[in-house]
Amino acid sequence: MLGEGGSYIGLGHFLALSAGLFSIGVYGLLSKRNAITLLMSVELMFNSVNIALVAFARFGYNSVQPLAGEAFALFVITIAAAEVAVAIAILLLIYRLRDTIWVDEIDLMRW
Amino acid sequence: MDNQLLFALTFYALGAMVLGSGMAVVFVRNVVHAAVALIACFFFVAWIYLLLNADLLWVAQLLIYAGAIPVLIVFAIMFTRRSMSDTSSAESGNTAWAALVAAAVFGLLLVVLLPANWFHGRWPGLVGTTQVIGQELVYRYAVPFEVVSVLLLAGLIGAVVLARREEES
Repeated sequence: MLGEGGSYIGLGHFLALSAGLFSIGVYGLLSKRNAITLLMSVELMFNSVNIALVAFARFGYNSVQPLAGEAFALFVITIAAAEVAVAIAILLLIYRLRDTIWVDEIDLMRW
Repeated sequence: MDNQLLFALTFYALGAMVLGSGMAVVFVRNVVHAAVALIACFFFVAWIYLLLNADLLWVAQLLIYAGAIPVLIVFAIMFTRRSMSDTSSAESGNTAWAALVAAAVFGLLLVVLLPANWFHGRWPGLVGTTQVIGQELVYRYAVPFEVVSVLLLAGLIGAVVLARREEES
């Protein structure tokens, strides 16, 4: 749980930080009406997962697959950039068509 | 003061700033202020990466997350500003449930993650990670690397097509 070899900070600390940031993102995702705030919450969750991946790459380094976690985090950053671009385009389209970005008013497909 | 203690103090200071600015993103009422807090959060996460010896990701985070993505978000806020000027609450009705679920997720993650017996490797004392990641990207991850470039192109074209104003014919 704590750092190995007499160090104060170990993998567990970074995982706890990651879990905290992730739950902040969950809270924002569930409690907000503004679609842009929802998007920002999703970005927070992406970042928390990236922290965990980089921490695994750092503390679980092996020479078989060196820095696999960091490479994966790099892919996550790339895909998040594409996701934000498409999401904002969809948001602008919805805003133009329905004149709102409150997600509880965008209920066309609600059963 | 030894190095380990300095590392611990830096971690706690940075972690507090990451969590604090993250909370500001979801608790601040004004969405522009939330975007600024988001930039701060991404900025501090970049320094967490540097603390983890991930210098390439540090730069990527500063350039992409703290630089490019907030620009898009601020653009979206400015384009949709008229809808946000009404005085209705930015919260949906289920704040208490959201807090409960978030706390449950946090507790579950801690209970699962912390006692787990993770593989621990020896950090080889790399001076920089860029060379290793670069080699991995073109050897082991060559196919995902190419696929993600196509994905970026598709996302770019999709965003342009979606956000384009329809021409009246």
